[in-house]
Amino acid sequence: MPVEPAVPAGLTEHQTAAWELAREFAQNEVAPHAREWNAAHRVPVEVFRRLGEIGLLGLTIPEEYGGPGLDATSLALVTEELARADAGTSVAVAVQNGLVASPILRAGNEEQKREWLPRLASGELFGCYALTEPDAGSDTASLRTRAEATGEGWRVTGNKMWITNGGIADVFVIFARTGDPGAKGISAMVSGPGDGLSVGAEIPKLGLHTSSTVELAFDAFPVPRSGLLGAEGEGLKLALATLDGGRITVAAQAVGIARAALELAVSYATDRQAFGGPIARFQGVHFPVAEIAAQIDAARLLTLHAAQLRDAGRPHGAAGAKAKLFASNVAVRAADVCVQTLGGYGYSAEYDAERYYRDAKITEIYEGTSQIQRMVIARDLFGGAAR
Amino acid sequence: MKIAVCVKEVPDAGPGRRMDPGTMRLDRSGERSLNSYDLNAVEEALRLKEAAGEGEVVLVSMGQEKALESIRKALAMGADRAVLISDEGAAGSDLVATSYVLAKALEREAPQLVLFGQSAQDSDGAVLWASVAERLKLPMVSQISELEVAGGQITAKRQTEFGYDRIQSPLPAVLAVADSLNEPRYPSLKGIMGAKKKPQDVVKLADLGVEADRAGQAGSRTTVSALNPPPSRGDTVKIEDDGTGAQKIMAFLVERKFA
Repeated sequence: MPVEPAVPAGLTEHQTAAWELAREFAQNEVAPHAREWNAAHRVPVEVFRRLGEIGLLGLTIPEEYGGPGLDATSLALVTEELARADAGTSVAVAVQNGLVASPILRAGNEEQKREWLPRLASGELFGCYALTEPDAGSDTASLRTRAEATGEGWRVTGNKMWITNGGIADVFVIFARTGDPGAKGISAMVSGPGDGLSVGAEIPKLGLHTSSTVELAFDAFPVPRSGLLGAEGEGLKLALATLDGGRITVAAQAVGIARAALELAVSYATDRQAFGGPIARFQGVHFPVAEIAAQIDAARLLTLHAAQLRDAGRPHGAAGAKAKLFASNVAVRAADVCVQTLGGYGYSAEYDAERYYRDAKITEIYEGTSQIQRMVIARDLFGGAAR
Repeated sequence: MKIAVCVKEVPDAGPGRRMDPGTMRLDRSGERSLNSYDLNAVEEALRLKEAAGEGEVVLVSMGQEKALESIRKALAMGADRAVLISDEGAAGSDLVATSYVLAKALEREAPQLVLFGQSAQDSDGAVLWASVAERLKLPMVSQISELEVAGGQITAKRQTEFGYDRIQSPLPAVLAVADSLNEPRYPSLKGIMGAKKKPQDVVKLADLGVEADRAGQAGSRTTVSALNPPPSRGDTVKIEDDGTGAQKIMAFLVERKFA
């Protein structure tokens, strides 16, 4: 049964419209199929395209490039509602906006924006973000993928790991080393597919079975000069700035999973009969559920606060890190409470509890682990003294 | 082609729905939305317009002024403009009065097609379209599950209890579509954001030339004399399932000759 979430003051009419549309679409077109899709490990590309048709896939892409031109707050609200129905589906939208459209908007030139953004907004194209490598996750600056300069551009060689949307992608935002070792030698590029880029098989994983996750192998993959995104050597800066926004979206996803878990726990405990009545009579059921209900509201307000800071053009790196750190932990706990409330049924794949349990964990890992979030927060508090 | 779609705002279904014992009318406070059957009519109108590559889809409705909030959903889907007849004098209109007012508004618009949903979720009459067609002296086809418009006429497949009728009719015509005809689209975010800016005319009865005694309670031919809750079913049998529930239900049905 639906549980009304905490809503911050001052949501605009457009933000509310995006939220309502996402809720309606998610509840009618995603939630009823989520269990089946996940069990079959099916990436529902046709649903992602429909999200493009109604404007939710390229939510933050400006109107001049074919999107509805909404903001980070809207993206958080939409991601949360999609995650409440199916976490994997929400990832596709989060990546398209937060990791693909966002760096193109931030660093791309007019030609690049015109080339990629309208088709990313409509759902004609899907994009992915090729940053992480088998040996460079949290330690991004150590990435090894090399871009050798040629007369017309570069030839990129190296492997990229855990690439979300990689299996369905037509647009690749690539981070590769054009210069010396270290942070300053990395550049960002944007390209379509081509010879020299092979997409690996889907990587088996604990959850998010409706989301594509692959390894990409670049072997002398040619990228012309026109594919350079921003200035040469500025790639890592762009990557980290992009992740500042991405964290807020992951926090929103965590809130969505947590809300779904809470709602299932409440409806199950209300219906389930034991010892002569519903188990919702027992304090042993009340306390954990009440606790996560309070934490979910807190997580949601933290997340939307960070989004509102971003929309106001104010620093939001630490706020986003706090939101992600807290919300991802709430998601993991809420899923645990949900499974425990449902008991044996919670452990069975007949109910969604076990899916929430598996899907929640990734929010503590990707786009910066909880440990990295603590570092970001600490650096904000201690400044140079933290290093 | 100009297409008019008649739509209605209805209270959301749910346990909160009630009749007001004072006015003996449906309580229209609380959450409201566009009658969901009307969305099929809106969808069909949009498809016809898109297929033709030209035309206009006009929404026509009667109701309180706040009904515009619900009507905007159809504008967000893609309808071009809305005409809402909102007048104190129209409150309490029954079928006779409502069909008269709508017919007057439709005469002014002079569309080639008038589309209705199959019924309204609040009053569930499923006859308004027939009365409107009668007043406009236009052919009428109801319960349409397939529709084709070509060469100045329509060909419709009409769903009945016994099968299907295939009906041809010249234009203009009044059509009531079945909810099986199509799957209404989701409005796009841009559509929602642009809906407020589309023309929305709120008109009074006098603007349409409707005489005061032809609308509202004065223009109605039905009166509600009393309201009573449905009688309780005294002969209810409660079967506890101790493992033999299915057999007991079967025995109950056999005894009453249902099985």
